[in-house]
Amino acid sequence: MNPLALIGRAFLEFLATVGSLARFAMRAVKHSFTPPVYIRQVAKQFVDIGYYSLPVVGLTAFFTGMVLALQSHTGFSRFDAESAIPTVVVLSMTRELGPVMAGLMVAGRIGAAIAAELGTMRVTEQIDALTTLSTNPYKYLIAPRVLAGTLVLPLLVLVADIAGVFGGFLVCVYDLRFNAANYISQSWEYLETRDVTSGLWKAAVFGFIVTLMGCYQGFNSKGGAQGVGKATTNAVVAASILILITDYLMTGLFFSGK
Amino acid sequence: MSAVPKIELSGVTKSFGNKHVLCGVDLNVGVRESVVIIGGSGTGKSVMLKCILGLLKPDAGSVKIDGQETVGLKGQALDEHQAKFGMLFQGSALFDSLPVWQNVAFKLLQAHGMPRKEAKERAVATLASVGLGPEVGELYPSELSGGMQKRVALARAIASKPEIIFFDEPTTGLDPIMADVINELIVKSVREVGATAVSITHDMASARKIADRIAMIHEGRIIWQGSVKDIDHSGNPYVDQFIHGRAEGPIKMQIRKL
Repeated sequence: MNPLALIGRAFLEFLATVGSLARFAMRAVKHSFTPPVYIRQVAKQFVDIGYYSLPVVGLTAFFTGMVLALQSHTGFSRFDAESAIPTVVVLSMTRELGPVMAGLMVAGRIGAAIAAELGTMRVTEQIDALTTLSTNPYKYLIAPRVLAGTLVLPLLVLVADIAGVFGGFLVCVYDLRFNAANYISQSWEYLETRDVTSGLWKAAVFGFIVTLMGCYQGFNSKGGAQGVGKATTNAVVAASILILITDYLMTGLFFSGK
Repeated sequence: MSAVPKIELSGVTKSFGNKHVLCGVDLNVGVRESVVIIGGSGTGKSVMLKCILGLLKPDAGSVKIDGQETVGLKGQALDEHQAKFGMLFQGSALFDSLPVWQNVAFKLLQAHGMPRKEAKERAVATLASVGLGPEVGELYPSELSGGMQKRVALARAIASKPEIIFFDEPTTGLDPIMADVINELIVKSVREVGATAVSITHDMASARKIADRIAMIHEGRIIWQGSVKDIDHSGNPYVDQFIHGRAEGPIKMQIRKL
């Protein structure tokens, strides 16, 4: 086939996907804020996405903080800058690693689960069944997940920030023989409110991305078990890539003035 | 039959890409009539039901319910249109995350906002009418046999007393005895609820039992319709081949895919 036609076809397919995703996102948002809101479903998703992700997110953030402290120590000790380690740990965690790590872990845990659940519901006609039972699937299935994901991820990231800083603290105090009180005061010294808040904004956006991609892929999956598998993979891959891209864009947006 | 048919299809066409599934379907269903659509696999039976329900939008033609055009309805009007229907899906399509009684009472709970206690009483009563005890209500769909799942799905379809009920291959995958039980339940419950029924099936025993009138669909068109007693001397070679299940005849099975 004509190579130009191939490029054109791929490009058109890409545009079509972007378009249908944007429409899906708009519907998800619209149905999140118009009654009826299924409070039970929202609460259930809060528990599923938030509470049950705590161990995974906490543990990854904890070890990330530890590694961060160790690695910066090997680097900084070469030019006697060990005193900067607490600042590096706290700024990296709150601004960057907390939200990104939590986002990626939740993408793997929740994005995949949502895509698989909705995909199975689609191929077993449960989504059509919802419509015949006078229940809008966007309101009953999509809105609670997207709403809960967007609201709960900042809370998870707050936990991740604390766990990460604590990991760095433990390594520095017990392994590298820092003074504990000094470490804590150093951590606070250069930390600004917006370092934390920018991370929480990122978290909200990542939560939206993860749940939206899971819902979009699951909702539009077709073709039995294989289709559901494909939807799950696509949800996780797309969410992970989008998280890293929007992370860059948002960092630019927040800190370009500095 | 009363003057205005309950369901009136004229010239309904629907294609997916190059595949023409419906090529101008004309069909009238009277109030409280039970019409069975027969036809081979892939002749557009399910697509036709989805077009009437508004789950799919026909490319052309009109679908009237009580004389009102329903193609192109949106928002509130579409919700009201879909609220008239109950549907028994081929694979039952029960919500596996909910216990049986919540499945049966789903529309009452979610769409009508009925208190849980009252809804549960209604669910138990409806389960009893399909021959299931109240203890079944506490089980989850995955704990039930295929025949019991079908009964629960039937209970769910009739619980809200819809005006029109669709049965999508209600006896597929059941043993002949259970199939007959389901057929009798369908006849009985449709009569009790006073609903108009449209069923699609390729099980002739089932069709003879539940139909007032039978219509045969072939290559996207209704090629024959008439009362049950006329089906054995329809004089239509397509119908004859189908009801006797002969491999030889005017209907050519496509063994090999293109």
